[in-house]
Amino acid sequence: MLKFTGNELTTLYSAISGLRKLYLPIEKGGEVSYGPYTGTETVRLDVLKTVKSAKDAFFPQSEFLMKFKAEGKNITLETPSEEMEDFVVMGVRACDARSFDILDSVYLAKPVDSYYKTRRDHGLVITHACNEPAATCFCTVFGIDPAKPAGDISTWTADGTLYWEANTEKGKAFTEELEKALAEKAAEEAKLAEATEEDIAKVEAEQAAVTEMVKQLPFANLDLTGFDAEHMMEKFNDPQWKELSRACLGCGTCTYVCPTCQCYDIRDYDTGHGVQRIRCWDSCMYSDFTLMAGGNSRKTQVERFRQRFMHKLIYHPSNHEGTYSCVGCGRCLDKCPIQMNIVKVIKALGVKES
Amino acid sequence: MQVEESKEFKPTIVAFCCNWCSYAGADLAGSSRISYPADVKIVRVPCSCRVNPLFILRAFERGADGVILCGCHPGDCHYSTGNYYARRRMTMLFSMLDYMGIERERTRVEWVSAAEGAKFAATMKDFIETVTKLGENRKLRDLRCKE
Amino acid sequence: MQRIIDKIQELFANDTVDRVLGWKTGEFSWERTPHVFTKEGGLDGFVYDDFCGANLSKYLIDESAKKDAGKVLVLLKPCDTYSYNQLIKEHRVKPENIYVLAIPCRGKVNVDAVKAAVGTTVLAVEETEGDDLKVKTFRGEKIVNRNDVLFEKCQVCQKTHQVYDEIIEAEPYERPKKDRFAEVEALEALSPEERYEFWRTQLSKCIRCNACRNVCPACNCRTCVFDNAKSGVATKANTDDFEENMFHIIRAFHVAGRCTDCGECSRVCPQNIPLHLLNRKYIKDMNTYYGEYQAGEDAETRGPLTNFTKEDVEPSIVYGKGGK
Repeated sequence: MLKFTGNELTTLYSAISGLRKLYLPIEKGGEVSYGPYTGTETVRLDVLKTVKSAKDAFFPQSEFLMKFKAEGKNITLETPSEEMEDFVVMGVRACDARSFDILDSVYLAKPVDSYYKTRRDHGLVITHACNEPAATCFCTVFGIDPAKPAGDISTWTADGTLYWEANTEKGKAFTEELEKALAEKAAEEAKLAEATEEDIAKVEAEQAAVTEMVKQLPFANLDLTGFDAEHMMEKFNDPQWKELSRACLGCGTCTYVCPTCQCYDIRDYDTGHGVQRIRCWDSCMYSDFTLMAGGNSRKTQVERFRQRFMHKLIYHPSNHEGTYSCVGCGRCLDKCPIQMNIVKVIKALGVKES
Repeated sequence: MQVEESKEFKPTIVAFCCNWCSYAGADLAGSSRISYPADVKIVRVPCSCRVNPLFILRAFERGADGVILCGCHPGDCHYSTGNYYARRRMTMLFSMLDYMGIERERTRVEWVSAAEGAKFAATMKDFIETVTKLGENRKLRDLRCKE
Repeated sequence: MQRIIDKIQELFANDTVDRVLGWKTGEFSWERTPHVFTKEGGLDGFVYDDFCGANLSKYLIDESAKKDAGKVLVLLKPCDTYSYNQLIKEHRVKPENIYVLAIPCRGKVNVDAVKAAVGTTVLAVEETEGDDLKVKTFRGEKIVNRNDVLFEKCQVCQKTHQVYDEIIEAEPYERPKKDRFAEVEALEALSPEERYEFWRTQLSKCIRCNACRNVCPACNCRTCVFDNAKSGVATKANTDDFEENMFHIIRAFHVAGRCTDCGECSRVCPQNIPLHLLNRKYIKDMNTYYGEYQAGEDAETRGPLTNFTKEDVEPSIVYGKGGK
């Protein structure tokens, strides 16, 4: 394990952004979401939950797929370059890091989504361990350890110092590169030094504290028994869906703050002299989701609402060896305007507590 | 032979003109041989109150540098009261654009009757001058349309 | 709350209503989900307290249109009655199927503000007899004054019940002194560049979740122009800055003169964009140019944008206005 010895983390950020394009949790207008770091932004590594998750780094809310340009009788086609610059996304929490695996299972499965794959190949993930969970967190239910996040490189904050450990070959190579850059550019004291035993004890104490806190969280023992392929029809036909979805506004808040929601729409934008084809996030809560020439198979909010939770809790695990399409980040619990959420659904449809 | 490209900024102006007065006013300006700059793109509408705020915004989206709405003088509306509604709507919309920091001089409403060919030409000249001074519209446009 | 429950039981018993549109408790001490309680189902989980911020009036569009059902009882706070009146004016609800029980309110608590005030993980929030809220955290119990953590809409509220079948009176409380147009005026006093910067920063946060639109009682079109593929402006994401501006300018414009300033848009925005500042700008301008008007005060009069006088100001009035 290494530790960053500089006084200011900005030294580290600028060293990284000197090597690669860097995405960090950035505060804008009072809210924190991931964004590119150019040196002037307010970085909030301490913020537990960014409003939007880190999935934007690999699956942006909107991206252009191709452009058609009309000049006279000729139409030219332009597609985004496969030659993408390498980038780093830093400050990713354990839950968001796991969400990349879930997105991978969809977008890297055949047929591979080349747009997503390009970003995955060029991106390096630096995670950050949680110091204090929120009441709405329930990542441990999905076997995620907020004290030991995955990613190419993991970091911890203990006693005001940032600790650093590379997990993958990619992470190790980048760490070496970064050490060189720091030695060249930054002042003598700002470097990644080997952590002492005392330091490691501090990190371990921090990890133990988080683990203890997580155990006390209200949803730490959420029971997912029965959410599997076997019970698909039983859950699908459950009469409670109507009541659960009754107050749903049909907005896309839960979908757009969710790290694992992966549905998209493709739209053509007419520029007046051509067309830009854009892929953007879609929400199963919207009335035009799955709208086809013959109409919409999900006519009311009951079916749309059911689709979202059935997908996360039944369909996805049925197709992906039992992995749920939820990482327990709790963003939807914080943000839903009417406070209806996945935990309430699990509790209503799952095994009843005796 | 090389043609030197003019570096001078030529604004794109969209003018929504009421069919019953201002459009005829523009016609009169033409038939009377009163010249006005060719940067004005006229969109004919059945009444000034047909103009939805979306129309104004879409004109800016697609690269207009200034948008002007011309209708019958208050009291002279072909449909008797359309322009009174338009007047309130545009006051509200322009005030909002100003509130959002978009140059207030890029929008204008002018009442031009079918008999006022000269006024139409003068209004357009004056509006173009104002917008030319402001320069290109950068705050309210869709960059994809500029590519 | 007991008085409300007693009243509901009474109305159930004499068959005046067969269901109640109210709020239900949730997983956390602050969670309040709009819910329809039926006579048969009972009032299990029924709650009315400092956390019931949601405006229930929009649900009446569907609830009052139900066939083969009796009257629905709806609980409306003072601000909600304005939205309800506006919905009657626009013929979007059927008042004959609705029984309004006006309930007292002295401002609702914003849990996000509580979280920010204590600066640490909030596990539970409890009301007390007085103005204090007891906040349970990992680091012990903390006390927050409820008046410091109210929703913005409640910090400027001067509203009173406008329409009801029956009212549950409460002791008067001290109204907030904050002027609701103060923030709008502060923005107007800035230079155009500063205003542009302000709105770019705020609107660029927009994730186009449509929560502001879907919660808004004035946004009750059957199909929104931004959902209508044939409108040419339907978009699902803000691919360009322009789309952020357009969505919010048009949405605010469409509710101008109909917006009762209920503040739901700002309450639900996941990015905390101060959307009420757009609506209030329109309200302020309409008050200035066309005379004082409060949407939802009654269910008959014409709103400022569906009305005119021959002496109205010219749009050029905006040119002469303040700012640097």
